[in-house]
Amino acid sequence: MPESPHPPHKPGISRREFLSGTGLTAAATALIGPGETLGQADKAKAIATPGFGPKPVACELTVNGTRITVQIEPRVTLLDCLRHYMDVTGPKRVCDRGTCGACTVLLNGKPIYACTMLALEAQGKNIETPESLYQDGQLHRVPAAFAQYDAQQCGFCTPGFVMAMKGCFDRNPKATPAEVERCLAGNICRCGTYQQMRHALRSLCQKGG
Amino acid sequence: MKNFTYYRPTTLEAAVALLDSRWGTSELLAGGTDLLDLQKEYVAQPDKVVSLNFVNDPIFTRIDVPQILPGTKAQVSIGAGVKLAEIAEHAELKKLFPALTDAAATIGGPQIRNMGTLGGNLCQRNRCWYFRDEFVQCLLKGGRKCYATDGENRYHAIFTRGHPCVIVNPSTLAPALIALGASAETVGPTGKRTLELSKFFQAPSKPDQREHVLVPNEIVVRVLIPVEGLRNASYEVRHKHSWDWPLVQAAVAFRLSGGKATDVRIILGHVAPTPHIATEAQKLVEGQTITPELAAKAGEAATAGAAPLSQNGYKVQLVKVAVKRALLLASGAQPDWLL
Repeated sequence: MPESPHPPHKPGISRREFLSGTGLTAAATALIGPGETLGQADKAKAIATPGFGPKPVACELTVNGTRITVQIEPRVTLLDCLRHYMDVTGPKRVCDRGTCGACTVLLNGKPIYACTMLALEAQGKNIETPESLYQDGQLHRVPAAFAQYDAQQCGFCTPGFVMAMKGCFDRNPKATPAEVERCLAGNICRCGTYQQMRHALRSLCQKGG
Repeated sequence: MKNFTYYRPTTLEAAVALLDSRWGTSELLAGGTDLLDLQKEYVAQPDKVVSLNFVNDPIFTRIDVPQILPGTKAQVSIGAGVKLAEIAEHAELKKLFPALTDAAATIGGPQIRNMGTLGGNLCQRNRCWYFRDEFVQCLLKGGRKCYATDGENRYHAIFTRGHPCVIVNPSTLAPALIALGASAETVGPTGKRTLELSKFFQAPSKPDQREHVLVPNEIVVRVLIPVEGLRNASYEVRHKHSWDWPLVQAAVAFRLSGGKATDVRIILGHVAPTPHIATEAQKLVEGQTITPELAAKAGEAATAGAAPLSQNGYKVQLVKVAVKRALLLASGAQPDWLL
C-alpha cells in the first residue's frame, strides 16, 4: 500500500526549501547554505553526495524475506514505515521514544527499537518482525511458550518481548535464564507479567531455545 | 518531527562537506537514539541529516587492538561508528579496559547498545528535562535562565560553581576514557586533529555551544587509548539495574607497583556539566596502598568543592560510595557489596 490511510505526521517544510522553491534548486542550496566557507574540493565532494527528500523518496525494505518498496519522507521511522506504509503491524508503537521496547524488531539478527531508526537507514538490511514467527500454520516456539504460560495480560508489549527473546536464543541457543532476562532489559510490561515470562523462558531454556 | 533532506555519504570527508558551519541546521546521525528523540520533541530541527552509517572506512567502523609487546608503546583504536554492544562484549577490551567495557555494558538496554555508537555517546545532548521540553526556553535554547537551578533538579549537577547551566554531562563512557588517558581523533573543515578527551568537553551555557568543544562541521573519527597496564574500574550508582542513567559514576585508573598506586586518575560522571576530575582525591591516593580506609577517605576528598542544588544533596553521599568502590574494584579487592 503506497499511500497511508492515516498520514501520521504534521506537514512540514524546511525554511530553506520554502525560500528556494522545490526540487533540484532546493537540493543545491541546501548543500551550500549562506555564510558557509567550503573549499572548492569540499563543494565538489558535497555535491557528489545526493540528498534524499524532503519530498517522499523510494524506500525498499526487506521485511521477513520479502522486499517491499514504498514512497516515504525521510523523517518516517522504521516503525511507522512498517505499520503505516507496509501494513506490518506486529511491532507496536507505545512510547515512540526508544524506551519501552514494544517496537522491537531484529535488524540483521540484532534487536533494535524500530521507533528510533529512520526507515531509510534500514535499507539493505534484513528486518524480522513478529509476523515472521507464524509460518505454514506453525507458531514459533517463543510465542508458543508465551501462550502456554500465559505470559501476557493486555498483550501490547508482547511482540517486543517475543522478538527480543527470539534474538537472544538465535544468538545463543544455550542461553541461561539469567542471560535471557538480561536480553529483555530493554523491554517493559506495564501489566507486570514478568513472572509468567520467567516461566516461559525457563521452559525454553530447558528445551535448548 | 520536522522533515529534512537525508544524506548518506560514504566517506567522512564528504560528511564534513555536507555539514553546515553553524549549529542547528544540520545534524549528524549515527545510532539515532539521541537525535531522533530530540527531533520528535522539536528540540532539534535540522534541515539536513547526514547519516554516518554508510561511511565505509575501517578506522571509523572497527576496533583495532594491536599486538602488545612489552616495552613498546601501543594504543587501541576504537572507531567512532562502533556500536556500544561491540565495545561491551569485546574480549580483549574487557581484559585491558574493564572501566570502559563495564561502562558500555550498562548503557540503556540491549536495543540501545545495538544502535548507539561510541561517537554518539560522546557527542549526545544532555538529559535535562527543561532542555528536552519543546516549550521551555532555557539558556541552551536562547532563553534568559536555567530553570533547573531553582526548579526540579534532583538529577542535575552538584559541582555547580561557575556554571549558569547545571546539566550533567550524559556520557558514561567519557569518565572511563578520560581515566584511561584516551584522546579523540576528529576530522573537520581544516583537516584532522587529535585532542585529549579530558579537553573534549565543555560546560555549555548558550545555544551555539554543545557539551563538547568540536565545531559544527567536525566529526569524531576514532578514540585512541594508550595501553599502559593501568588498573582501572568504573562504578555507577543507579536506581535500577538496567535501563537507567547513573546517578553518580566514578571511573578510576592507576598504576600498581610494589603495592602502591601511582599515576592515579579519578573521574566522576553525572555530577557536573563536564566529566569531573576529582583532583583532591587523586592527590590523596597517589603513592599509597589502597585499603578500604584509604578508599573511603578518597571518597570524602572527591566531594571537595561540591555545591549541590535544592534536591540533589544525596549525590554528595553517592560520590563517596562510588569513588570508594571503584578504587577497591580496580585494586582487585573482592566486593563486599551487592553487584
